[in-house]
Amino acid sequence: MNLAFFDQFSSPSLLGIPLILISMTFPALLLPSLSNRWIPDRLATLQLWLINLITKQLMTPLDKKGHKWALILTSLMIFLLLVNLLGLLPYTFTPTTQLSVSLALAFPLWLATLLMGMRNQPSVSLSHLLPEGTPTLLIPALVLIETTSILIRPLALGVRLTANLTAGHLLIQLIATATTALLPTMPGVSLLTLTILLLLTILEVAVAVIQAYVFVLLLSLYLQENT
Amino acid sequence: GPLSERPLMEVRLGELHTWISTCNFSPQGLLGAVQKAWSSYCAKYIHVRQGGPAGISMLLAGYCLLSYGWNYQHFSK
Repeated sequence: MNLAFFDQFSSPSLLGIPLILISMTFPALLLPSLSNRWIPDRLATLQLWLINLITKQLMTPLDKKGHKWALILTSLMIFLLLVNLLGLLPYTFTPTTQLSVSLALAFPLWLATLLMGMRNQPSVSLSHLLPEGTPTLLIPALVLIETTSILIRPLALGVRLTANLTAGHLLIQLIATATTALLPTMPGVSLLTLTILLLLTILEVAVAVIQAYVFVLLLSLYLQENT
Repeated sequence: GPLSERPLMEVRLGELHTWISTCNFSPQGLLGAVQKAWSSYCAKYIHVRQGGPAGISMLLAGYCLLSYGWNYQHFSK
């Protein structure tokens, strides 16, 4: 197997400055800056509409105490959206393909929801470990299973994000290599692979958006359980 | 006006080295220059009532070019 395909995910650095820092701070330049106008420019209007949509969608299922999380969840969603979509441009680097970034985002937030639940309403949080109406004999096994499922949530959150994006980028690179390799010998097949590449790129845009959404949605779900 | 206060676009080519010598190269000076450049770019292309895709596209294209430069020695084999 040609392991050179994985080179695109190595963190590039020039003169000791890693690109990952720039790729994580660049999205801030694309967001609207403060303006004291009621109706700012077109870009800001579009982004404000999007942010309102996201916030309403995330905060509706939560009760009042969970609304304190609105800022961090919305900004997390915007960050993941932008970073995933920017990674689809040529030659750019996607920081979320690194497990370190994904897990660093997932672990503390999940732990925060868990600790909040345990501290404010310990009995309610612990009661989530046992679904209602289980037969008495199954109770010990089910408690163990539910505990394992809770403990594995941050890993699942982080790895899901990284794996989806990495797989998508790899597929794009593989099919693009196939297209260029087939072009001199079999142009017809090359055209077919080009069509596949276009469809795949559209899929990747969708995956980028969906993965960001799923990450934040699951976090808000964990918050819902624990508030 | 005097040479040191003219913006870069109004400095003639022959006066360029004199203009550079009047620049403030301290950290605050450089930071001020970057801030001024960014805000004039935003004012010209982004904070316009009927802006189009040009403002953001230039930023994204610049980002692509920057990433290309950063990765150059990796894929120039």
